[in-house]
Amino acid sequence: MAQEIIEVPLTGKITSVEVKVGDKVKEGDVICFIESMKMENPILDPVDGTIVQINVTPEQIVKPGETIAIIEY
Amino acid sequence: MFGLFESGFQLFSWGNALMLLIGGALIYLGIAKKMEPLLLVPIGFGMLLVNLPLGGLMDYELQITNTTGVPAKVISIEVDETSKIGENDVILQLDSGEILAPIYGRIKQVGVSPGQEVAPGEVVATMITTAQTDQARLPTKPIGLLSRIFAYGIMWQVIPPLIFLCLGALTDFGPMIANPKTLLLGAAAQFGVYFAFFAALATNLFMPDGFTIAEAASIGIIGGAEGPTTIYVTSLLAPHIIGATAVACYTYMALVPIIQPPIIKLLTTKKERAIYMKPQMREVSPLEKIIFPLITAVIVILFVPMSAPLIGMFMVGNLFMTCGVTDRLSKTAQTTLIDILTIFLTLCIGATMTAGNFLQPKTLLVLFLGVVAFATATAAGVLMAKLMNLFSKQKINPMIGAAGVSAVPMAARVVQVMGQKVNPKNFLLMHAMGPNVAGAIGAAIAGGVFLGMVG
Repeated sequence: MAQEIIEVPLTGKITSVEVKVGDKVKEGDVICFIESMKMENPILDPVDGTIVQINVTPEQIVKPGETIAIIEY
Repeated sequence: MFGLFESGFQLFSWGNALMLLIGGALIYLGIAKKMEPLLLVPIGFGMLLVNLPLGGLMDYELQITNTTGVPAKVISIEVDETSKIGENDVILQLDSGEILAPIYGRIKQVGVSPGQEVAPGEVVATMITTAQTDQARLPTKPIGLLSRIFAYGIMWQVIPPLIFLCLGALTDFGPMIANPKTLLLGAAAQFGVYFAFFAALATNLFMPDGFTIAEAASIGIIGGAEGPTTIYVTSLLAPHIIGATAVACYTYMALVPIIQPPIIKLLTTKKERAIYMKPQMREVSPLEKIIFPLITAVIVILFVPMSAPLIGMFMVGNLFMTCGVTDRLSKTAQTTLIDILTIFLTLCIGATMTAGNFLQPKTLLVLFLGVVAFATATAAGVLMAKLMNLFSKQKINPMIGAAGVSAVPMAARVVQVMGQKVNPKNFLLMHAMGPNVAGAIGAAIAGGVFLGMVG
């Protein structure tokens, strides 16, 4: 199975995580929200698949390039 | 009778009623729809306050003199004290002619009596008006709470540049420094400013009483999508339309998520909107961030000196944030100072919108041309991005050009949302912030160019 790694696109704080490991997700579903520059930015899922790993928790400060989640499809 | 029975009702007009409704609508949009509440709530309330007659918050005193140029004898007094008068109503009959009211308002006091001789230039009456007059022709003295703040805060060009200082402390130029190409996008969006300027001038072709060059410049600058820049330029060039230009600018900034998407869609294909841009950008060093405001201030002010109050304050505010040793100043500018200035600015702007100032056919035209300015600015930014793609190997998503209209950070946010919709992998926010902040500089420069040209 192929894997899609969702990376942090910009420096900010994770405000909430909307999925858990094992969840089936569809393209466009919200994975989590990152607060940056006083805006809440949803991080969307790019593929239909299953969440196999989540590396962030709410309140965590994240930097670009870090892994948010891994999806198998 | 000693002012005891003097109520506002006798002077209340249908225009005031309409303005109360418009003010109420702005307050509603702010509170219920969360549309720019920090701006629209105080602007709306300011409008309410000045459309309640005799409240006096936005009153100016104007002295009426013998303008006939010769010594004359008063034949009759045509007005009652405290009565309402319109522009060109007769105040006094002199043997050498009539003295007309130069503006609408009410008479406070008539200082002469029939039979009296008056010398040329002698004061014959005092009027109270809420109009923003051309100070060179009709100098007024502010006597109300808000008219004083307006005169000494805005007309003296104190508050808008200070707001720019605060905005500087809130703006991260990092994305623009990391990708200087985006400067071009911010510059391209200023096309909207000049397009609206010429469109406003073109009203003279089919209207007997079209916009003057100074008014057209103030309307064009709405396309810069920067409230303080618009207010600054209008206060210097055409203060009588400041309410309309400020309201147009602030409302359209709030409406960016509605105005921009159809234009962006019209000018781009789905494939172009889906162009992926890597989220990581070059790390910008602290030293670059310190040098940037210094160099920008020096270069821009040397080229466009009239932009100095805006660009100078913008850059000093930015330096407070980036230099790392003035955190206290930067924090105050980002929070307390900008709030205080916003309260003064917005209440005053609301207060300029008395029925007499605002309910004119030209106001509607200003609002219309404001939308034109926003729309053409968006289009120019997108088209510039497409043009750049023709010549560069690494394609950019043309939507980020739309963020060049400024309206920080709403326009960048619109691009981010649209980009994610077409391609969930895409995260354009930081890429759009580059043209976005470049647009803010571009607007201030465009304002400076107008002031140099027309002022």
